[in-house]
Amino acid sequence: MSSSSFPEEKFRWGMLLSDTRYRGTSLQVITFIVFVAVFFWLVDNTLKNLALLGKDVSFDFLWIRAGYDINQRLIPYTNDSTHAMAALVGILNTLLCAFVGCIIATILGVFVGILRLSKNWIVAKLMSVYIEGFRNVPVLLWIVMVFALLTEFTPAPKAFKGANPEASMFLFDSIAITNRGTYFPAPVWGEGSIWLLIVFFLSVFAVLTLKRHSTKVKRATGKDLPTFWISILLLVAPVVAVYFFLGKPITLNYPFLKGFNFKEGIHLRNSFIALTLALALYTSAFIAEIVRAGILAISKGQTEAAASLGMRPNKIMNLIILPQALRVIVPPLISNYLNLTKNSSLAIAVGYMDVRGTLGGITLNQTGRELESMLLLMGFYLSVSLLISSVINFYNRSFQIVVR
Amino acid sequence: MANVEYVRDKEIPPAPPPLIEVGVIGWVRQNLFSSWFNSLLTILSLYFIFVCLVDFIPWAWGGHWNTKSLRECLDLDPNVACFSVLAARWEQLLFGLYPAEEYWRPTLTFVLLILSIIPILFSRYFRYFWFSVIYPGLAIWLLWGGSFWSIAIVYIGLILGVGAYFILSSKLIKTTSVSLLAAFIFTLFFFGFLSDFLARFLANVLPISLPFIESLKMGGFTLSLIVGVSGIVASFPIGILLALGRQSNLPLIKMICVGFIEFIRGVPLITLLFVASVLLNYFLPPGTNFDIVLRVVIMVTLFSAAYMAEVIRGGLAGLPLGQHEASASLGLNYWQSQRLIIMPQALKISIPGIVNTFIGLFKDTTLVSIISLRDPVGLASTIRADAKWNGIYWELYIAIGLMFFIVCFGMSQYSQYLERKLKTDN
Amino acid sequence: MKKISFLGLVAAVGLTAGMVSAATLDDVKARGNLNCGVSGGAPGFATVDDNGKNVGFDVDYCRALASAIFGDPMAVKFVPLTSAVRFTALAAGEVDILARNTTWTYSRDTDLKQTFLGVNYYDGQGFMVKKDLGVSSTLELDGATVCIQVGTTTELNLADYFKENGMSYEPVPTADNAESQQQYLAGACDTYTTDASALHGTRVNLENPDDHLVLPEIISKEPLGPLVRHGDDQWADIGRWVLNALVIAEEKGITQANIDSWKDTKDAEIHRLLGTGDTDILAMMGMPKNALYNAIKAGGNYGEIFENNLGATSGINIERGVNASWTKGGILYSPPFR
Repeated sequence: MSSSSFPEEKFRWGMLLSDTRYRGTSLQVITFIVFVAVFFWLVDNTLKNLALLGKDVSFDFLWIRAGYDINQRLIPYTNDSTHAMAALVGILNTLLCAFVGCIIATILGVFVGILRLSKNWIVAKLMSVYIEGFRNVPVLLWIVMVFALLTEFTPAPKAFKGANPEASMFLFDSIAITNRGTYFPAPVWGEGSIWLLIVFFLSVFAVLTLKRHSTKVKRATGKDLPTFWISILLLVAPVVAVYFFLGKPITLNYPFLKGFNFKEGIHLRNSFIALTLALALYTSAFIAEIVRAGILAISKGQTEAAASLGMRPNKIMNLIILPQALRVIVPPLISNYLNLTKNSSLAIAVGYMDVRGTLGGITLNQTGRELESMLLLMGFYLSVSLLISSVINFYNRSFQIVVR
Repeated sequence: MANVEYVRDKEIPPAPPPLIEVGVIGWVRQNLFSSWFNSLLTILSLYFIFVCLVDFIPWAWGGHWNTKSLRECLDLDPNVACFSVLAARWEQLLFGLYPAEEYWRPTLTFVLLILSIIPILFSRYFRYFWFSVIYPGLAIWLLWGGSFWSIAIVYIGLILGVGAYFILSSKLIKTTSVSLLAAFIFTLFFFGFLSDFLARFLANVLPISLPFIESLKMGGFTLSLIVGVSGIVASFPIGILLALGRQSNLPLIKMICVGFIEFIRGVPLITLLFVASVLLNYFLPPGTNFDIVLRVVIMVTLFSAAYMAEVIRGGLAGLPLGQHEASASLGLNYWQSQRLIIMPQALKISIPGIVNTFIGLFKDTTLVSIISLRDPVGLASTIRADAKWNGIYWELYIAIGLMFFIVCFGMSQYSQYLERKLKTDN
Repeated sequence: MKKISFLGLVAAVGLTAGMVSAATLDDVKARGNLNCGVSGGAPGFATVDDNGKNVGFDVDYCRALASAIFGDPMAVKFVPLTSAVRFTALAAGEVDILARNTTWTYSRDTDLKQTFLGVNYYDGQGFMVKKDLGVSSTLELDGATVCIQVGTTTELNLADYFKENGMSYEPVPTADNAESQQQYLAGACDTYTTDASALHGTRVNLENPDDHLVLPEIISKEPLGPLVRHGDDQWADIGRWVLNALVIAEEKGITQANIDSWKDTKDAEIHRLLGTGDTDILAMMGMPKNALYNAIKAGGNYGEIFENNLGATSGINIERGVNASWTKGGILYSPPFR
């Protein structure tokens, strides 16, 4: 007889579920089987359904003529281009709207967030109204309303006509705000403008070097070098000098009224402005709250400690508060950028041709390829969002406070 | 000799502060005009408010309420609002195409909704929690109608299933998982073979029923609430499981959960709704065809479950590791420690986040208008397609926006109140 | 038909699982109502009135069909569909018939595997401009900004037309008709293009109709009609002959009001149509003798339906034009009922 204090337990099938040694594994095996089964069930159903409808899964439709026009495009596209081209135009439009929207939203959000903490009662209240107003009404409604606002309260191009026009252009006849969009002068890159660009980048490099040098001096001696005005001079002077030396290579192409519309210049369509602006306003309300929370999260002791070291208020903000607040602010800020990008899929409400409007809208409609179009569309959004969330993860990893 | 000594035996009452430092004037000085910059801001703000309101107030104040069409409004005075559209259509904006004589049903459902939330929100009424549990079934019966028993049978089945588990585990089978399995099979058996028969039998014995209303009749804010509330309620348990799965140390389960969460959070809701309206039919067995509202609710549930999972994960991450270790050292197993120690605390921390998720979801229900469901925004396009109201715009959108604002603002105030309350507690 | 009653809860909100069987009529009868796909909001064709009732030209056709099958014009469930999902919804059996001002085209007939039942509305794409633009022909629109609804055939027609004529244009896509109208009125586009009838209808209802002009050119053919899935000829026949019956009724002067006074007529076709004669030819498509009587009784003949939803009584004021009966100079023409 064995006198072991650990009696050998025989393996029973029930132990697969009850014994913690096996339970994890058996649970995973079951999950895996169920998962695979469900997956194949769905695929099988889809194939059967497609067969019933006489359809197949094929991405060939991407290479046939699209046949429709897109008004706002960043790359050459005509109705003879392929559906793939149309999708690409849409993707670029989505990215453009998201990019510009994020910038405006950040500027507005920081501005509003700081003003909300203002000691001025009326300003603080106004900012609260702004934040609550934009946050608590669906973004779809904002998009539609901003678009209507732009349509109804800006003049038609016709109003600029005649000897005594009802509307006039701004800034020495360079910008025309109409209900078809806003027209800006477009730069014309003449001969030699490449030099200008090179000089500009050289100045930027010089400024960066100066900045690094001043930081080094400061670390070593504690002295502040007067970098601000020097940087401005470094940035502006050489570029201006070269500009005149080369004989003004860059000229502006002003928009002017001809026929039905303004011609030349850069034309930002109202659909783009409305969508971007509405998304920016909506998101800025969230960003404002994030900024406010970030600033409030830094305990008052930090400010007081810095002040007792003899720092001036702007230094306290730059060197003490902001670096710490940013750690709190940046991750939710980026996830708001992601939300803005996803919300840009509502572009259809104002007729802006983003990727959902082209690939997931007209192309899907004209070709009847729902499954393929939706797969591509989801793939696009998913890769954008994975890209952004990897940025968040990277930021979190590099800027985390190391505890213990 | 006259006594010229003077000893003050009373304190001089403090002089009142100068007039410009107290009262309205003082407040104004301190808060609005404390420096030139502040004064500038104040004046700019006042000007801004003036510009916003100068045209709006006369437009809204003089609005017409009693005309029969937009044309009549324009004939009377084209420069003021035409709120008649709201007077004519407010019932539709609230209830969609729900039959007028049954309006009491969505109304009652909404009132009961508030009652059913109370036990969850205020711990002192927790003993009425049973009502919150039966509410979902009651709401479905009230809204859709049909026989009372077809809904009640679900509860009967679940009660029988739970009862079977307790009887089995205490009397017959020692192993928890086996009795769980047995109870599960029993429940399946009940729903598979007995429930239909029993429901029909009960309906014959004690017929309680309401007229059946099809889903397509539901619209307006009723639809927003149906989609929003059922989405959030159904996503809650799924969200908890996903959050636990994401933290799990079983790699496969973690992978599936992370994949699901990242996928759902990575695509816009509108594409998911599009899947619900166009593609879901492809994924199900040929010929299966089910209600568009149910399809939308399923998609919205999956959508909010992913967000809910992240909120709860935040709550879980907010708990000190010591809690896990302490519960483990008490000898509690995984589910016990989750149920008794971890979840109650994690959920408490997550409540504001959950409320915010709900606000977001409720606002997002407007997207169903893009797949032709008649939520308030969808109804707005339907109304604008009526020759009588063709061309109306601001009145409708402002009214819809205002209704959303009231609901969402109320909830966000509540979540902020909770945040403050929870902060002082800890 | 098999029924999954796994959860009463799910069943209650209408999970029905059944094969899209070959006999749509049997499915419809078993269900007790017709599922009809309509537009979510197209002026005159399908919308909801102040009382929450579905109204419109397409809606009335579905009511006539329901009335033919059940004798009850209210036995219809109207499913609002976007232009993107309409064909999928029909193919998947979500609706039995699609009456959603859909243009009959070759590829929809063949590639998408639909059967069009006929044309209930002849349309064509036109342009509306403001008079002060000084344009009298579409060919003068070079460089114009054009408001257009997304997701319709009008987009492709527009692109083709301007290309053929060597002109350029800028599209301003909008989500729906009301949106287009608003953009056009505000001057955000020079011209608004859609089906000409809708343009005429819109114009009449504008604040100053005389300031606007519908240009004479029609750049496309847009025959609109109801459609069903390929593969169920009996169902297609029923839909087709209900439509034809409405047209014949107008030709013969049978109206909702006077339909009962035709019992003694000498016209054999009317007797066959209304089921008042001895021969019952409706049985050939599996319908009761009085099916078409009921269909006409539901909302009147084609002319009445047109008048109530699109014509003067509706406030939309679309002229009959080519949609008049062939006896009155139009091209609406039904095959003989025999």
